[in-house]
This record gives sequence, structure tokens and C-alpha cells, in this order.
Amino acid sequence: MLERKSIVSIEDVSTEEMFEIFRVTDEMQGSIDKKKRLTSMSGRIMSTLFYEPSTRTRMSFEAAMHRLGGSVISMAEPKASSAAKGETLADSIRMFSSYSDIIVIRHPLDGAARLAAKFSSVPVINGGDGSGQHPTQTLLDLYTIYHSFSSIDGLKIAILGDLKYGRTVHSLVMALSRFDVEISLVSPPILRIPDYIKSRVQDNVKLREETDLNEVLSNCDVLYVTRIQKERFSDMNEYNSVIGTYSIDVSDVDKMKKNAMILHPLPRVDEIKPTVDYDPRSAYFKQAANGVPVRMALISLILGD
Amino acid sequence: MERTLRISKIREGIVIDHIPGGKSLKVLSVLNIGEKSGYTVSVAMFVQSNRMKTKDVLKIESRFLEKSELDRIALIAPDATISVIKNYEISEKFTVEIPKRILGILKCNNQNCITNGREPIRPEFELLSRSPLVIRCIFCERNMGESEIHSSL
Repeated sequence: MLERKSIVSIEDVSTEEMFEIFRVTDEMQGSIDKKKRLTSMSGRIMSTLFYEPSTRTRMSFEAAMHRLGGSVISMAEPKASSAAKGETLADSIRMFSSYSDIIVIRHPLDGAARLAAKFSSVPVINGGDGSGQHPTQTLLDLYTIYHSFSSIDGLKIAILGDLKYGRTVHSLVMALSRFDVEISLVSPPILRIPDYIKSRVQDNVKLREETDLNEVLSNCDVLYVTRIQKERFSDMNEYNSVIGTYSIDVSDVDKMKKNAMILHPLPRVDEIKPTVDYDPRSAYFKQAANGVPVRMALISLILGD
Repeated sequence: MERTLRISKIREGIVIDHIPGGKSLKVLSVLNIGEKSGYTVSVAMFVQSNRMKTKDVLKIESRFLEKSELDRIALIAPDATISVIKNYEISEKFTVEIPKRILGILKCNNQNCITNGREPIRPEFELLSRSPLVIRCIFCERNMGESEIHSSL
């Protein structure tokens, strides 16, 4: 189904394909647990083109390809690459797609991954474009939720923090809207989710916007916390007015359901206190770890024979 | 009462009717008809209309329209009718239509969109809704409404 397909937006993955990814992710996790050596991607090369800093996304994609027996080539720092010499992204992509079998790209401009997919002769996976989308983060977020609750339908999900610029949130809200869920969006007024994302939420989803976390804390099954991203603000006064608005500590977690789950795409700064890490409801490190088997599954399904 | 023509007939050119009241100057602007174009243009603004309360009408002599110009007009005046005049007679009459794919005629208003750089691509949008007018950039996936579209044309 996903064979040879580029994944730029979460809408490029059907719900059926999503569950197929989850099924293969379980298999991949089994192989990791058993320390089984996989060779399905032997002889295949992945290019990772990160025009913006990345730790988890880049390393988990590279780890995934290595665990599947494939190889990875990476662009050096963008500042030292041909982009700095004025080469267009289209030209870079034409070249890199002749060097490799699959491309993973992160870029500061919105729509860069869609452009890359147009010019590439091999599948392109979006590792985050501007404040646009981050579909593989969404896949691992949903896998983490699904794995824990055995279903996504029926859940109450609160999403907290920077909903305006946070691309992980944009992809997540769009994907969740396919399910029978209640979504609470909690943010300072100036960081509300953009209308262009809200307009894409299906009518069947109950969506509400809040500024007070206490309105949703005791009721939610999943609390998805995001960082307020300093690098996305052009106006530092605006950033200073919202930084530190929310900071989850143990007393907040105590108000939550016993089987609730706290997620965060990481890195965190001060929006979740380190003391919360010891609570069994904190699942963000497991969520980050799921990045490898989920991306192994995705690569296998795209490049599989 | 004797019926009179507000603007006299033209020999050759186009008549653009059913432009929303007040939008005719914007239509002239997207057709690049300004102070130096030299075309003879008649403009009737805020004419009473049964269908649209008030409308504007343009008569432009010795000027015909390309497909991309019709698409631009459709984004400003989605109900506009175009009459092509030859030898004082209407040789062709049709209504403009907003295309489902809008290619290369306007820029994305998201300044962070890759299409606003120097990449070798034409901006491309899909039509989401005709009324109210909403289009989406196929690259950055941002929606643009009527006022944003008009300021981008």
C-alpha cells in the first residue's frame, strides 16, 4: 500500500495504512527486543537532509535504517552545503535522489517537503517542514497511544502548549480527527491552533479550546504537552509573554486519571518538571523510543519489495 | 419611457458584466490596464442589478483575454459574464469559472512558504470552496480567503 510513496503530510497515510504501520511496528519492536539482525534494507541507502537542527528525528531515522541493514548518507551542516552557495532545494533534491533510495528531509520553510517530493525520483519522508507538518512524529504518537489503550476511539485527548507553531500538533490534530475522540486544545490565546488546521478537523470530532489546564486535567486520557518554541517567534516580546505559562508538576499529575498518559514530542525545557518523570503516567521517553520501530516499519513498507 | 444605453456599443473587444459592485478597478488592475495601457475602457460602477443588488460593468475596446486572465477575473468576480464583441455583435458569451487547480497566477500569502523563494516552481492552489472563496496552497497547505486572494493578485 505504501510502496514507493512519499509521506509529506499525515493525510498521505490512510487509516488502513496507519494500522498496517502499527502492525509492522510491533514486529520491528520484537526484532529489537530479541536483538535480531535484520537485512531487509541491505544495499539500500537513505539520505538524511536536515536543514534545521534535529536530534531525535534524525537519529531515530538513522538508527531505523541501520537496524534494517541499510546505509545512511547525510548532508553536512547546511551552512557548509551547496544550499549556502545558493543552490535551490529542487536542484539539491534531484541530485540526492540519484544518490539514494529514500530521502528524509527537514527544512525551515513550509511546503519544502512537498516540493522535494515533486522533484525527487525516490520516496521522500517529511521530517518536519517549517511550522507545517511532522507526519512521522504523529505516527509514533498515535502508535504510543494505541499500544497503551488498544484503541484510539473513545479517548479524551488534551493538547497543551504552542498550538500555533507546533508542527507536531498540526499533524496530530488532523490525524486524531479521523477517530471518535474528544480533543481539548489548551494554549495561551496568542498560540491557538491556526484556522487552516482547525478547518480540516472532521465535523464528528468534539473540539474545544481552553486557556486553563485545570479545565481538562482530571478528565483527559492523554495529556500531550508541547514546548513553546523560541525559534519560531519573530517577536521576542510575544515569546516572553507566554514562556512559562504552563509547567506540569507532580501536583498537576495527581489530579489526572490513574491510567492517563503524558506525552511530549521532546525536547522539553520547563513545561514538564523532571519530578514527573518518575510517575508511571509519564510516557514521553517510551514515546521517543517508539520512534525507531515506527520508522523501521515505515521504511520497510515504503521500500519493501 | 425610451430605453437608453448608459455606455455606447463597442466595435471590437470585450464586455465584462456581473462584476461585484466596486470590483471593476481591481479587474482592470489584474488585466494590467492602467494609465499607460492605451485601451479605450468604459467603466460603469454600482449599476442596479436584480441578480446582485449592484454590479460593475467593463467595456474594453480592442482587447481580448487569455485563459490565465479569465482565471484571475474569476477569483475577483466569480459570476462574471464575458461577451466577446466583433463588428458590434456578440460573437461569444460565457461565464468565468474558478478552476479547481489554480496554477501560477497568484502568490501564496504565507511568507514562509517555499514557493515564495527562488525555487523553479509555479505556485499552485486547490479550490476548497467557491462561496465563501477559499483556496489552499498545495505546498504549505495554508488556506487563503477572499481578501488574501485579492491582495495577492
